[in-house]
Amino acid sequence: MTRLSSTLAIPLLAAAALAHAGPPIGDDGARHLLARTGFGPTAAEVARFAPLDRETAVARVLAPPRSLPVTTPPAVLTDDAPIGAPPEGATNEERRAYIREQVRLGLEMRGWWMREMLATESPLAERMTLFWHNHFVSSQQKVRSAKLMYRQNATLRRYALGDFGALLHAASKDAAMLLYLDGVRNRRGAPNENFAREVMELFTLGEGHYTEGDVKEAARAFSGWGLERGTGTFVFRRPLHDTGEKTVLGRTGRFDGDAVLDILLERPETAETIVAKLWREFVSPDPVEADVRRIAADFRRAGYRIPVALSKLLNSDAFWSQDNRGVLVKSPVELVVGALRSLEVAPDDATPFALAAAGMGQNLFSPPNVKGWRGGDAWIDSSTLLARKQFVESISRYEESRTMRAMGAAPALPASRALLAPQPPIGGEADEDARARQLRIARALDRAFRDLAFSATRYVASMPGDTPSAKRRSAQAVLLPIAPAGSGAAIPADADALTFVRLTMLDPVFQLK
Amino acid sequence: MSTRRRFLQASAAALAFGALGREASVAFAAAPDGSPYRNLLVLVELKGGNDGLNTLVPIDDPGYARLRPKLAIGRDSAVRLTDRAALHPSLAPLVPLWERRQLAILQGVGYPDPNLSHFRSIEIWETASRSDQVLADGWLARAFGKRPVPASFAADGVVIGGNDLGPLAGGGTRAIALANPEQFLRRAKLAAPTGERRNAALAHILKTEGDIVQAAAHLDGNYAFATTFPTSPFGNAVKTAARVVANESGVAVVHLSLGSFDTHANQAPTQTRLLGDLAQGLVALEAALREIGRWDRTLVVTYAEFGRRPKENQSGGTDHGTASVHFALGGRVAGGLYGATPSLDRVGDGNLAHAIDFRQVYATVLDGWWAGDSRAVLGARYETLPILKA
Repeated sequence: MTRLSSTLAIPLLAAAALAHAGPPIGDDGARHLLARTGFGPTAAEVARFAPLDRETAVARVLAPPRSLPVTTPPAVLTDDAPIGAPPEGATNEERRAYIREQVRLGLEMRGWWMREMLATESPLAERMTLFWHNHFVSSQQKVRSAKLMYRQNATLRRYALGDFGALLHAASKDAAMLLYLDGVRNRRGAPNENFAREVMELFTLGEGHYTEGDVKEAARAFSGWGLERGTGTFVFRRPLHDTGEKTVLGRTGRFDGDAVLDILLERPETAETIVAKLWREFVSPDPVEADVRRIAADFRRAGYRIPVALSKLLNSDAFWSQDNRGVLVKSPVELVVGALRSLEVAPDDATPFALAAAGMGQNLFSPPNVKGWRGGDAWIDSSTLLARKQFVESISRYEESRTMRAMGAAPALPASRALLAPQPPIGGEADEDARARQLRIARALDRAFRDLAFSATRYVASMPGDTPSAKRRSAQAVLLPIAPAGSGAAIPADADALTFVRLTMLDPVFQLK
Repeated sequence: MSTRRRFLQASAAALAFGALGREASVAFAAAPDGSPYRNLLVLVELKGGNDGLNTLVPIDDPGYARLRPKLAIGRDSAVRLTDRAALHPSLAPLVPLWERRQLAILQGVGYPDPNLSHFRSIEIWETASRSDQVLADGWLARAFGKRPVPASFAADGVVIGGNDLGPLAGGGTRAIALANPEQFLRRAKLAAPTGERRNAALAHILKTEGDIVQAAAHLDGNYAFATTFPTSPFGNAVKTAARVVANESGVAVVHLSLGSFDTHANQAPTQTRLLGDLAQGLVALEAALREIGRWDRTLVVTYAEFGRRPKENQSGGTDHGTASVHFALGGRVAGGLYGATPSLDRVGDGNLAHAIDFRQVYATVLDGWWAGDSRAVLGARYETLPILKA
């Protein structure tokens, strides 16, 4: 604990730590907690958390429930102007123009969220927003309107660390959700079961805990939920609502949609679904059933307050177990944001980095289907692994290019310039467009990498440690969740800083958290 | 059938169609390990959902003209195959294959209770699930899980021109996504499969690194074909496919895709172009695989999430439909029409019922082409189609 002495912990927190009398989590523990609950930590963040005991450290990660964005989203997504969807009977040209515009806005929106994740002071709030995006799934592929996707993101962010019951109600009435799962088509006498099925199967109970009959009855209860044309505001259309009696999960009444959601919230399986999913996100790929059930019961008793579940999970022995270090695969967004944050570089334009994550299989605002990204090991296949490795390789290639630039090469264009003409990844375009698009993205990324002022030499020099080799050990301890397994394991002492950082980040362990 | 009889048949075919005598001998010399996966499957995904009615046209059906006032293919331009059916004019390059009886046309391929969402329906096709069932792994991933492809192969499957592994996704499949072979080979240098497999995730990463290294070592892609490939993107993909197949070490599946066929508006020019790309690409593939003696050990099958609505819409296009026409071709395909000609008289605004379940096509691949056990992979028995010559 050499770093304890050199770090001035905030007196209050130190006192709290003493009061709990738990042992300090140390550098390893701090790194683990911060990587699992945020994106890649910096050496300074690790040093700040290392002296704390588990409970204090966890409380501190959960403490700033500041979930307002620190960056400003594009005004066109936040204003009150109509969403501009083409009216019924619009010409194809009008429809195409609308879609083109939404594609353009969607790209801006992806860049904004990426920028927010890079800049945020409460990484857990962003991680949880992303978690709920992958739970209450909607995709711009179907919703089309960037503004409605943005509003859904704002809703998920508002409740990200709030209460799950309120989140379930809000997400169910969200405009993007009503479009994505056809809630707007669900009316008395002509039910659409899409939302009713998914809310039970994926959002709450899980498969096997409801019947086809429950789905049919619940669909009737959700009938009449709609959107005001033009604004996309939620409206309850009484004439389209089926007011008859329904029986859902053994309960009978003249339920509306909210009543059905409340019935779902009363079931223990709902809390268990959420806790097991949080376990896979934060703890390990294999939830321990008994622990899940116990934490789920506490979660439900605490009025579904999300920080309660998180606190129990993050304070569990399973979370801190050495056996569970480095056992989860980073999502592409975690990889990209984590690498940039850990290396303490910030791009001027985050859009190319959103597209880089898309190229690794995680296109924000466009999960592949209602189940969301599969995650875990499925993040890694031959193509995505090479894209991931290429990405980290490109960051650490920068120092060379910068040298070249200093030698008189032309100044780089802003990265986003290369993206101005694209048909971004929203689907439906011909293959040749896709190829041209890939090329444009590759060029934009290349410029973005050049624009990052990353210097491996400076980076390694900034690490704690009295000797060059101690500094390198610190750098690996910050960048890798467990000891390197491959290229990072035996880097010659005389390798330059650039080679050292490159080999460290190309180690397979860098893919893990 | 004995190898010898097959050899004679192949030789006869080679002589009859003017291919080099080299074909037959190389084809069978290339199967020293005797793996059924030496029989190559080439899947061609018609992304977005191709309009079957304008692909194999029921040219004399009065219902056709009624449903397609603007989009109907004219009798003068359609390429007549039988007294009732004609091909879209862009598919004319396939006629020699048809006449050689190596082109099977499967009519009305679909499934019960069809889903009209691109995403959901392609998932149903790729995982071979029921309409109301969600399966995690692709049907080929399951097949290779039950009966692995020999480790000596460069890969289980190669997906050309996209990141989506589709039917190869999941399981322990060694699937290589080859958006761009040069880029793959360049990037592959970043992969290194060495390291201690300390946990399952790390083991998975190291396995994938190993798959990359193995594939990169065997996919040099330098075979110089005499065949001329079309310059279209699909032609390029076909060329890459042929180069992959030319490698001695083998792959069980090559996946190609072409699109987008999602022609909601102004369908005619798009479909004309895409079907032209398809036909020219397939003809080039045949020529290239004959050149390296692999045509008799190749089965090409097209698929898509769905077909399109029989009744054209107000925008000169067609909306999402259900059953559609697909092709199977190869040196050992028994050419002809299969399935049932769609009956258009009562279709109205609705969609077509299927005549062939797509899982019958898969069962034909699994049982017939790979001499395997389709039931174990598909979870039920599906009647195979008699589209393969013994």
